[in-house]
Amino acid sequence: MADTFLKEQVRARSIGDWIALPVLIAVIFAAPFFPAVLTSVPNWAILPVSDWVGEGLNWLARDAGVGGVTFADVTRALAAAAEAPIDWLKIVLAEGWVTGAGFNKVQAAPPLSWLGVTLAVALVALRLSGRGLMLLTLVSGLYLALFGLWVLAMTTLASVLLCVVTALVLGLAIGIRAYRSPRTEAFVRAVMNVMQTVPIFSYLLPTLLLFGYGPSAALFATVVYALPPMVHATVLALRSVPQETLELARMTGCSRAQTLWKVELPVAVPRLAIGLNQVVMMTLNMVIIASMIGAGGLGYDVLRALRRLDFGAGFEAGMGIVALAVVLDRLTQAAAHNQSTQAVGLWRRRDTVLALALLIIFTLFSFVIPSLGLWPKDLTLTTAPFWNGAVSFINREFYDPLDAIRTAMLLKVMNPFRDLLLATPWTLIGLLVCFAGYALGGKRAALTVMALLLFIALTGYWEPAMVSVYLTTLAVAIALAIGLPFGIWVSSRPRFHQPVQLVLDTLQTLPTLVYLLPAVMLFRNGDFSALIAVVSYAVAPAVRYGMAGMKHVPSERVEAAAMSGCTPWQTFRFVRLPSAMPTLLLGVNQTVMMALSMLVIAALVGTRELGQEVYTSLTRGEVGPGIVAGLCVACIALIADTLLKSAAARAARHEGDIHA
Amino acid sequence: MKKTLITAVAALSVGIVTPASAFEPESDQTIKLMMADWSSMLINTEILNIILSTYGYDVEKVIADDSARYPGFESGDLTIALETWQTTQDAAFTASVATGKVLDMGELGPQAKEDWWYPSYMEEQCPGLPDWKALRECAEAFAAPETAPKGRYLSGPVSWGGFDEERVEALGLPFEVVHSGTDAAMFAELRAAYERKAPIILWVYKPHWAPSVYDGKFVDFPKYEPACYEDASWGVNPDAKYDCGKPEGWIKKMAWAEGEEIWPCAYDIVRNFTMDGDEVGALVYEVDVEGRGVEEVAMEWAKENEAKWRGWAACAEK
Repeated sequence: MADTFLKEQVRARSIGDWIALPVLIAVIFAAPFFPAVLTSVPNWAILPVSDWVGEGLNWLARDAGVGGVTFADVTRALAAAAEAPIDWLKIVLAEGWVTGAGFNKVQAAPPLSWLGVTLAVALVALRLSGRGLMLLTLVSGLYLALFGLWVLAMTTLASVLLCVVTALVLGLAIGIRAYRSPRTEAFVRAVMNVMQTVPIFSYLLPTLLLFGYGPSAALFATVVYALPPMVHATVLALRSVPQETLELARMTGCSRAQTLWKVELPVAVPRLAIGLNQVVMMTLNMVIIASMIGAGGLGYDVLRALRRLDFGAGFEAGMGIVALAVVLDRLTQAAAHNQSTQAVGLWRRRDTVLALALLIIFTLFSFVIPSLGLWPKDLTLTTAPFWNGAVSFINREFYDPLDAIRTAMLLKVMNPFRDLLLATPWTLIGLLVCFAGYALGGKRAALTVMALLLFIALTGYWEPAMVSVYLTTLAVAIALAIGLPFGIWVSSRPRFHQPVQLVLDTLQTLPTLVYLLPAVMLFRNGDFSALIAVVSYAVAPAVRYGMAGMKHVPSERVEAAAMSGCTPWQTFRFVRLPSAMPTLLLGVNQTVMMALSMLVIAALVGTRELGQEVYTSLTRGEVGPGIVAGLCVACIALIADTLLKSAAARAARHEGDIHA
Repeated sequence: MKKTLITAVAALSVGIVTPASAFEPESDQTIKLMMADWSSMLINTEILNIILSTYGYDVEKVIADDSARYPGFESGDLTIALETWQTTQDAAFTASVATGKVLDMGELGPQAKEDWWYPSYMEEQCPGLPDWKALRECAEAFAAPETAPKGRYLSGPVSWGGFDEERVEALGLPFEVVHSGTDAAMFAELRAAYERKAPIILWVYKPHWAPSVYDGKFVDFPKYEPACYEDASWGVNPDAKYDCGKPEGWIKKMAWAEGEEIWPCAYDIVRNFTMDGDEVGALVYEVDVEGRGVEEVAMEWAKENEAKWRGWAACAEK
């Protein structure tokens, strides 16, 4: 019954397609004869949205308020409140207690000794996970200390810790509210989607206006960026708590709060851990940008090193960020894993005493032996000359073949594609995208897509938006062509999983500029270098989802296929691939999101698109255009999201049909 | 053992404190020094930090972007900046001073220069240089595959302005202007080309480490006058503006206006704070080329020039 109904619907849809297609083709051929209004957005139609936004924000930051307390007073108080714990952590971890300054500077108490901290954390790692993680922690700690990065790393850690905790608490709170009320959820989801896709450069200026300069502004900007995955994960995790468990809680007479804290959250921990992982990764990903507005630490050191073209030093500081990210991530993952497998009694009181003793003893000894407080400068290791030499060597010896690749790619592929997009009338592109929305997701999707397109057109950012689309499309195509097959290939080889994971984490947390500037030396300023930057960042989710998609294919299906005599290729083509399709499509979605979020960084090597508009208005101090161009990036992301989600839902339905 | 430790701690924490003078700062409010991300500003700001701290002021260094600084100065989030370059910040700075919330604290000393620049080995392929007219003849020597037969001129980030598209048009130069994304990306290309002795012509400014490390020259354009940018009939092209080189200019100190009432003596010190162009160049070289730390280099300068900066702080020394 349901089957015939579905078939009928499919038939009705395909009749619609048959009518729409010729119309579409006719329109495409008529395009060259369009009047000017239809080919490029007319000037009179463009609304001065960026002026409105700019004025609105200035009013908010200067005059808005109730009863003598201005909005800015509130945000300033928040900033001051956030600064206190950061300062305190910095004193303990990085700087020690310092009185006086200049010629009168006196170090009254040293920070915690690097050896003590490393050993104490290694002990935690040993107890939570085992030898492997302990070794990783020791190596990371030694790396930071011996390469002279310890103080910077601890400064970064101080603000990262606070960011992660804030994003965790806020994310849980918002997620729980959204979970309880469906109406709130729709609203929260929309806001989170925008927050995740608006490039961070576009709200840096408003953040500075409201929170002032310094670590707390960086904190707030970072939390805005890292919050959405935590909220999404919380809602998903709570929703996945089995109904029977909730009923049991109700029957035993738990109050609402008790149900939440004693039943729902503990059960949801494994899925919450995924959200936490994303928060940690995204916070560390932000370290560079946060350092531009006063967070200091490793990110600032990377910027400084690159500014004097010391690629090696930039790479070393960048790897420091990676080390922090990996250790933090593995520790939180291990803790969450233990929680969900009910592994208790791993950490005993004896361990607490031992850890404290390690911290205190080494810190006290650092009064007598200064190298325990700070590794002496003369003994720091560096590999910087090697990396700098390597870059120069490649530049001298391999420039010509590399330049030939760049020229061919630029002249044969990139420029023609860009020119085609720019020459296509905006109404035609709009029509095609709306049609795609309708075909994949029905009327609702078509309308959403149309509204988003109109926003881009009417705010006057159509042309830069098309350049962004061209760059993103090429980058995503390349990232998928490399990432998905590689992910699928790796998924059946478990012994590669760990190292591949480490490489992916590195790709996502190593500041892009670290490898972008050497790329500029070889490929010059311009779109090709930008393409490399975007691909290298967007390839990580492609690989991850390629692996995840294959992992979750139900084993019964694979066995059934083997029993009915399928060759490995047939099994892959007709069983594994279709059943992984929804996950793979989500992977495409994430790849697009990552590529779009890299546009702003790509602007740093000289592109001419939305990311550049955002970056330029930041450096010029113009609030309005920055935000509106940023919203246009979000619009592109949301259009892609709508289309791909509809496609994924369709694939999932389709998949269900076959195997129903 | 324990006793020795405690004695050691006590000795460390009390032992070295020696008051510089009997001077008491006017206020214990924090003076916020702005730092952008280029070396000369970092070094100068650190020197000022050492001086003000020595006299007991509570000082904090705040990292802020070059152009994103003005709201901060107008609201008092930032107190003092030692470097505001006329070449890029002229309009924004003048507008900010006009609000009355920001003070012009006078020139720092070094003169900023920026313009088209080429490495000396390019003179073999384009013998007429540094005269700008030579660029008309040998643009092809500077071409890249995607710009040929036109030359490729690497300009600064879009946000720097500079009117290079207009200049190319007005002077009839067969060049295509390509904007670099950032300062670092721009000099990365210079370094790559210099290592291979490959053709390049780009926007260079000083004080900066590049012109002291790489051998090259600025192009001699018709000298800038304000009329060149405002009046089309001025200069070699009677129908176009921008038919000249880029302006050279001051580097000024700026401050939050209300701070004058709070720390008059500190403001006095900042007004007296001046550096010599070559002196700054040498300090920048130490940091950027020798790879030494900013704080180390600044402290070394402060020790060697103690008499000089104590002279700036007459109001605190009496």
